Amino acid sequence: MNAIKQKDLILYSGLIILGLAAPFLFSAFKVQLTYLCVLIVLAMTWNLQGGEMGYNSFGNILFYGLGMYLTASVQVGMFFPLAEWTESGGEKTFVHTTAQYFQGISVGLLVAAIVPTLVAGAIGYAILGLRGHYFAICTLGLGIAAGEIAGGIEIIGAGQGFTTPPFPAEIVDPEARGQFFYFLSFLVLVLAFVFVKYIYGSRFRLILNAIRDNEDKAEAMGIQTMKYKIVGWMCSAFFCGLAGGIMGGLIGYIDSTDVAFDGREMGVFMVLMAILGGKGTLWGPVIGATLFHFFKEGLWTFILGWQYVALGVLIVVIVVYFPEGLMGWLREKYPDRFGEVIDEKDRKAQVEIK
Amino acid sequence: MNKLVKLFITSVSAITLALASFTSSFAKVEGEYIVLGSAISLTGKYSSNGVHTQNGYNMAVERINSMGGVEVQGKKYKFEIIYYDDESNPKRAAQLAERLIKQDGVHYMLGPYSSGLTKAIAPVTEKYKIPMVEANGASRSLFTKGYKYLFAVLSPANQYLEVAIDLAVEKNGGKPVRIAQAFEQDAFSQDVRLGILDAAKRTGSEIIIDDKLPKELNDMAATLAKVKATKPDVLVVSGHTKGALTAIRQISEMKVDVPMLAMTHCDAAKLSKQHGKNSEFALCASQWHKNLSYKDNFFGGGKKYAKDFTKEFGYDPPYQSAESSAALLVFKDAFERANSFDRDAVRDALKDTDMQTFYGNIKFGPGGQNIAKPMILFQVRCKGDDCENRVVAPTKWASDKFYHPIPKWSERS
Amino acid sequence: MVQASLDGILLGILFALIAYGMALQWGVMNIINIAQGDLVILGGYIAYTLFIGIDLTLRFKGIEIPIVIPPIHPAWGVIISPIIMYFVGVGLYKLVINKVVDRDLFISILATFGIAIVFQQLMNFIFGADVVVAQSEYGTTMLFDNSVTLPNSKIFAAVISVIYAIALVIYMKKSRLGRAIRATAQNARAAKILGVDTEKVYAATFGINAALCGVAGALIAITLTLHPYVGLPYTVRSFMIVIVAGLGNLPAVAISGMGLGLFEEFADYILGTEFRIGAVFMLLVFILVYRRFKLSKKREYLK
Repeated sequence: MNAIKQKDLILYSGLIILGLAAPFLFSAFKVQLTYLCVLIVLAMTWNLQGGEMGYNSFGNILFYGLGMYLTASVQVGMFFPLAEWTESGGEKTFVHTTAQYFQGISVGLLVAAIVPTLVAGAIGYAILGLRGHYFAICTLGLGIAAGEIAGGIEIIGAGQGFTTPPFPAEIVDPEARGQFFYFLSFLVLVLAFVFVKYIYGSRFRLILNAIRDNEDKAEAMGIQTMKYKIVGWMCSAFFCGLAGGIMGGLIGYIDSTDVAFDGREMGVFMVLMAILGGKGTLWGPVIGATLFHFFKEGLWTFILGWQYVALGVLIVVIVVYFPEGLMGWLREKYPDRFGEVIDEKDRKAQVEIK
Repeated sequence: MNKLVKLFITSVSAITLALASFTSSFAKVEGEYIVLGSAISLTGKYSSNGVHTQNGYNMAVERINSMGGVEVQGKKYKFEIIYYDDESNPKRAAQLAERLIKQDGVHYMLGPYSSGLTKAIAPVTEKYKIPMVEANGASRSLFTKGYKYLFAVLSPANQYLEVAIDLAVEKNGGKPVRIAQAFEQDAFSQDVRLGILDAAKRTGSEIIIDDKLPKELNDMAATLAKVKATKPDVLVVSGHTKGALTAIRQISEMKVDVPMLAMTHCDAAKLSKQHGKNSEFALCASQWHKNLSYKDNFFGGGKKYAKDFTKEFGYDPPYQSAESSAALLVFKDAFERANSFDRDAVRDALKDTDMQTFYGNIKFGPGGQNIAKPMILFQVRCKGDDCENRVVAPTKWASDKFYHPIPKWSERS
Repeated sequence: MVQASLDGILLGILFALIAYGMALQWGVMNIINIAQGDLVILGGYIAYTLFIGIDLTLRFKGIEIPIVIPPIHPAWGVIISPIIMYFVGVGLYKLVINKVVDRDLFISILATFGIAIVFQQLMNFIFGADVVVAQSEYGTTMLFDNSVTLPNSKIFAAVISVIYAIALVIYMKKSRLGRAIRATAQNARAAKILGVDTEKVYAATFGINAALCGVAGALIAITLTLHPYVGLPYTVRSFMIVIVAGLGNLPAVAISGMGLGLFEEFADYILGTEFRIGAVFMLLVFILVYRRFKLSKKREYLK
């Protein structure tokens, strides 16, 4: 037991050191790495309720987009009239000082974490009463509706889009912006990982799994499933909001349907990444997101124009042939290496019963 | 577990090494090539206009290279463009701009298609102090942000249809008009809308319908039903090519009678070809038309450009292509005047640009927008089944008189 | 108002046709097809191709094969498009769909989402991203002293939709294959035991669904506009109609289709055009939530 823990310690400290050193080692890839961190956070927290709870949501993008708009609105609204910032194509120019920028973004991120969590709590009771594919389609509708509606609201820029405050001009170093956002996203990644890891060792996860495997029985056992489902969704929403806030600042321009409530890309990517790596595992989404990002950035640009065909084929192949994902496949192939022999048999037996 | 951990660590370090060896070893100028970068929409909703843009760039690169290239410090260089596909998505565009600059080492950028994407890229180029000449981001807010490295060869979007309102007022005997408008929910169209609002305020005109069309909409019957009920003097529609096509189709089907119909993107939508007679009398804003009398050494005049373009790509050049070609001419001119590859020198040279191209005069204002070129309006006119775009304003280039009011559908054959 | 109502109803009939295909495959094969809308658009492009005609030359190892199809009226699309689409559907079934039939519904959602992306992109390559329209030159019917106009193309679309729907119902009731499809929908295992080749039935069902999409697409090409990326709203609309109407209940599908068409036009009128598509998606959410609360009183849930 101790030996494993020591190995874990080496692994984690190694990864953290790598993470901290990364922006200096690969200076040119800083922004790519920031994207990677955000993608991992999204995949990991999607997995919490998609993989562990069995509620496959296409709607986590709702919290992501909400976080993005909130961060930007708070960052602007704290110091300037928001309506004037967004109205008439930005005819007036406001400039944040360095202190204002950072104050704004920290408060903004705080709001971006809290509000989506509350929203998830508020709509959770209604939405989480749906099961299976109805839940999936309903959340898909929710995400797209949010984008369309946001595109009609004047104060956040409507169809004009929302230009987030530019990084303070007083910081001359062109690398500073990339580093700031990288470390911010890395921090969130570490937070999310620690949190998810904690959940994996807790009773909460078992309850979520019980809901996934058979909700009616779980309820019959006396578990208040609705309560746990809502809490599970709120956990996802918290991190999605944060991730959205960071992305908004990094991209610098928020468009309602293409950047914020980007259900057709981000919303599906997070599901895909989690499935690619393996639903219902701790490392699965991390590996899935990493592979996905490398694949996308590596191959994408060499198949100019054909990338969406490749993506579509990839989705079909993954979903049809590897629904268990990479970790699931590894686990099936080498069950002993996961040290879960007994669980494994049990799992297989269950699969057969199904 | 331990083997897995080892495997994981090995793979991570392998990727690390691979990445480290990759890190930007490219340069802005490679051998005899000046490398420009551009994220362009080859897929997604802007892909048709993205391709027009790309064709425009390619045409100019080919022409400039074949005519001797760019001379800097006595040496001839050729242009080369690295393209990435931004999927019509601002997020992707920003990411690709970063990638072009940091990973591919591009030091000079060409703009993407559409205002939204340009808005997403501009903060990135600004941060790294990369001069960008863009030809398709017309939104006014691009020029009020104090960007120093952004230069646009086109007139800002709010000017697109302002003239049309003035025309309407003029035809109405100087009295204010009643305006109905429908604009797509995107940065460009909304800016055109702002221009109309300004013009309405200036002339005291009243806006009676102000609809915003969702990006996926292909049915605007409800808006047109309102138009029929309220009978405005002018109907203004803007929504890239889709908006133009949908509007004409449904106006002709629902027999909506308006005295004046003003639009954008008529030439990119090939309106006169796709809708024929039904599109007659539509008034369209354009950055450029082939009948204009501007000249340069590379393409000759507009007519010659149109001919060469048609030969090369098989269709008439919309203004999106022309302005994109012009962007390259601006770059060439700036490089030669700067006589250096220093980014700031090139940027200063760009700032002082004052030249004529086949596309129009180009001189940049303090915000980076082109202030030397007016917008033009053309009207679709038909002879039998043959429809053509005829310039009607400004009067200097007008080949036809502006036809007003549009005859009622019942009187049209 | 009259204008909006009539527009809505005519549009709704078209939606109902697409929704019927959706209900068919959902009921029989238990899959949800996100690519439904893209099949519709593909069908539309086939009609559009007929309208502009084909004139190209294939070069293969020095042999030149000219392919020339003269342009014909796009209305022929409602006959030709479903025939082509039937084979597209069967091909798609053999390639991908047969692997997701017995699986979790979520898998079919994701897999067909992948197919949708591929279709969009391929259509973008073949037909270009330009918005295209097929001109029917049908003219317009005017009612009430020109205050209400009905494009004849819309009326044509509604009539054709109704004809196809009725033909399909009769086919399902009377023909051998129709009976086999209905048997499979009721109980696939029992049908198999009794000698129904379910694999064939599935393929035929998906083919028929694709053919229906082909008809609808051809009609959309005539009445509205085509673009490779506008498929998803059609999918959502048909999904919505099906969850309101239930599986395999054609009159209900027709009524809720018209209801949806009406809702859209009025949402457009009342909320403003910018919220029209948003309203459709919100309606989906509300319907689902409403049904969930209604069922949860009986301690049941949507299945």
